[in-house]
Parts: sequence; C-alpha cells; structure tokens
Amino acid sequence: MTRILVPSGALGLDYDKAALERGIRMHPDLIAIDGGSTDSGPSYLGCGVSKYARSSTKVEWMGLIEAARTARCPLVIGTAGTCGTDGMVDWLVDITRECLEELGWTPRVATLKSEQEPNEIVRRFASGQISALDGAPDLDRKTIEDCTHIVALAGAEQIQQAVETGAEIIIAGRTTDTATIAALPLMRGDHAGGAWHGAKIAECGALCATNPQSGVLMVEFDKVGFTVHPLADDARATPNTVLAHMLYENSDPFILYEPGGHLDVTDATYEALDEFRVRVEGSRWVASDQYTVKLEGARVAGCQTLLMSTIRDPRYVASAQAWIRDIGLRHAAKVESRMGLAPEAWHCDLRLVGIDSTLGELETRPGAPTEIGVLCTITAADQGTANEIGKLMNPYLLHHPLTSEEELPTFSFPFSPAEIDRGPVHEFCLHHVLTLSDPMDAFRLDVINA
Amino acid sequence: MPEVGEVCDKVRSKNAGPFWLTIDIFCGSDDAFARLSGGLATKRVAEALGADPKAIRRFDIKALNVIKISLPRPVVQGHPGDRDMHGAAWASVVAELVVD
Repeated sequence: MTRILVPSGALGLDYDKAALERGIRMHPDLIAIDGGSTDSGPSYLGCGVSKYARSSTKVEWMGLIEAARTARCPLVIGTAGTCGTDGMVDWLVDITRECLEELGWTPRVATLKSEQEPNEIVRRFASGQISALDGAPDLDRKTIEDCTHIVALAGAEQIQQAVETGAEIIIAGRTTDTATIAALPLMRGDHAGGAWHGAKIAECGALCATNPQSGVLMVEFDKVGFTVHPLADDARATPNTVLAHMLYENSDPFILYEPGGHLDVTDATYEALDEFRVRVEGSRWVASDQYTVKLEGARVAGCQTLLMSTIRDPRYVASAQAWIRDIGLRHAAKVESRMGLAPEAWHCDLRLVGIDSTLGELETRPGAPTEIGVLCTITAADQGTANEIGKLMNPYLLHHPLTSEEELPTFSFPFSPAEIDRGPVHEFCLHHVLTLSDPMDAFRLDVINA
Repeated sequence: MPEVGEVCDKVRSKNAGPFWLTIDIFCGSDDAFARLSGGLATKRVAEALGADPKAIRRFDIKALNVIKISLPRPVVQGHPGDRDMHGAAWASVVAELVVD
C-alpha cells in the first residue's frame, strides 16, 4: 500500500494544521502538493510569476517541510509558483533555502525543470513533433517565437526519476495536477487506473469531500484501487462527493489524458467504507502508443490602459447603453483622425458595470441600477499608444452629453490620472502536445545544494 | 414554465483549461434529472451561449443526477475581449433558461 498525503489543492491556499498532523501520524509515504494552475489567466505564465503571496507560500511551505521531516518521507511540489517556469522553481528554491536555514536542516533537494526554449520548440514543430489539441489556436513559427514562456507538463515518469535521486524535497516546474500524487503508487506497482484516478480525485485536496476548504486528504493506493480519507474533523468523503470531483475543471467526466495514456473511469465503483472514507475500484489506465506531454505558452497580446468612471445621474443611468454606444463611435473616429491609427491596430471595450459587463451580448437581464460603473479597456501595440488612446477617451467619460442642447454634464472619476496603465497583457497561444521518444527528453533534473 | 435554476439544486461553470469551458447542472433528484435531461435541448443551450451546437459535448450522468455541458470557450481565457477569466458567469445563462 502507498499512502500519499495531500495538504491542500495548492500551496498558498492554506491547510488545516491539526488535520496535517493527523496525516503525519498515519505514516505517509510521500507528501504531494500542487503549486499552480492556468486558471487565473495567462499573465502568470506570460510574466513567469506566482499568483500567491511569497509570505503565504513561505509560511505554508515551511509547515510542509517540517511535516516531511517528521514523517521521514519525501515532499514533492508540482508546478512551483503558479506557472512552473524555471524562474519559479528557482524562486521556490530560494524560499526553501530560507526555511531550511531557519530549521537547521540539510536534506537532499532535487529540482525538475519544465521550461522550453522557444527555438527548440520551433525545431520540434518543424520536425512534426507537435500536434494541436481540440480547440487549439493556429500555430506558426512566429507565434512560438513570440512566447515569453513555454512550459511542458511533466507526468509521473519525470517525478519518479526525481524520487529515485533519494531527494527529501522535490521542487518541480510545470507538471500535470495529478503527476506528483500518482508517481509513487505507480513506481511501487499499485493499480495504474487507481493511481491516476486517486490522483485526480485528490489533486484539489479536500475539494472532493464535505468541508472542502479544510484541504488535507490521505489517499491510500493498492493493487486493486484506492481509498480517499479526508482528515479534518468535519470533513467527510461520500461516493457522491468523490464521484462529483471528476466533473471539476474537466471537459470530460470519464476520461482524463495524461502523458503516456489516459484514465477511463466509466466503470469505476464508489463505496462508502464508513462515514468518512470512500473506496474506489474499477478505473482503467489505457497506455498510448506515443509518449506526449502537453505544452503551455503565453505571449504579449499588447499593452493596456484602463479608465473607470461612475454615473449617478438617473437620466444618464437610464440611457447608459445608448450613451456609451455614441461615445464608442465618436472616440473611434477621433482616434483615426487625430492619431491616424487604423481600427485594427487597437481595441477598446466599454463595459457598463451594473448593466451587462459580465456577459455582454449574452445578457438577457440587463440591470436597472442606481449607479453604473463604466469600465474602459484599451489594448494597443505599446503602452504609449494605449495611453494616448485613453487620453482621447477621457473627455467623453467626463463630459459627454446625451443631447447637444443640454448643459455639459460631469461624471465621477475615482482616480487622477484617469488613465491607468496596466503594462503588457498576455494571451495563451499553445494548446498542443509534444511527442517525446524519452520522457526526460524535454525536462532537466538536478540534485542541488540547498 | 420554470427556469433551469428553479428545477435543479445548482449550476456551476468553470474553465476546463484556457480553451474550454464546462458547465455542471446538479439536478439533485431523479425527477429533476429526468425533467432537465428531457427538457433542456443542447441546441437551446448553444444558442444562449452563442456557441456552435456541434461543438458542444454533453454528458447526462444518471448516477450523479448531473448534466455536464462542455464547449470551446467563446473567447480564449485572458484574451482582451474575455470578460470572465474563470468562466464563472456562464452558469447564470444556463440557470436562467426556461425548461421545455
């Protein structure tokens, strides 16, 4: 049997300390935690930065290092620093050094790096090793070259190599959400379908149980299946909470693609062992002919300037949609006449917060509020241009009248200057897989002096 | 006729990666599942979401009394035209559809 202790869905989301201590007393074989996701958008990968605060990361990581030391088992983090770039692995190594110095401990530390050189990806693209997934944007050489960061998602094989170094702390760049959890059970010959399925169920910590915010979960893997055991006082796993987690952030609730194959849970059975624990059997792992890893990449989509104003005058609130349409047209004409910019060289979104800013054209119930926020988002090739376009917008948002006969109205600006430069904004541009002849081909493993 | 949100327990929407969106309708009972499984045509969901019906993947999961609807994101996550980075609000569009 292999026991994997999962403290929470992500480092930075905190975990229940009493539940973690309970988990340590159950003698886990490995502690696995995820450090990231693409879920907060392309900027984190595009800039190569963490979504979570360094201070939270350090406090929580310190707690996990102490847990691993007490439990005498490896601690593995996948997708360090939200996006899993090489820089974010180094960032967490720095934090680890600080923690270890404060603890006076000198364990073996390994890093697994997942970042890809754009030129190398161009080469692999040209040699036919890269193929598109369903819904992928068009890919060409320039798109790849434009990426500020590209990462490949490591699977179980690369984590297993890291475990084999004997490292007590493993800091991995981008991995799949499940790889850090599935790696050791697979290495020990536990049921492959069970290993991947249990890893998917546990990847968000106690999200597969009641009291999802408690975080801490133990998964016990064996030759036939796995058992899910949430460890907080008031957390219970039931067949329904466990089954329902296959739906989460997953386009297909029965199939999950991983490097080297896919998981099929169509025939899995879920049985309550008692009030807290669920036993799962019957999941299948289907190995693929080729070993592929998914790629993620982000590039700069332009630079943005924002303006925000609020409208409180009831007449303007009532006519806001016509008013903002008029502003959009007049502003566009002015950008063309004053700046000589072609319409396709810039982008302006005017959203009415309180009316339909969330859904836009899909909204069927536009609001009838007391006040409206006007959010203007301008995107252009560079910051200076975006700011200049914003300056042309400013007088409209401040003074534009509904009719030419009326006295000039004035609206509310919460900031001065009204133009807020956001800097570069990024877009995801890879939804592709890379075929590898050897799983380590695109990854780099090092044992380091921490 | 009631709306989807009045028949079921909850509708949730979320990204399934940056290029896909997934909507889970938790029906909460066998009756509600039967009602929505038969009374909520995929074509109407597609229209409400401004999506191509052929691109929609739908799973009516009896064991959970859940209907799951997945589709390519109408706007790729984080694109300058994206209004909803986590895909949170599409659930409301589905919850407010009238059941046949």
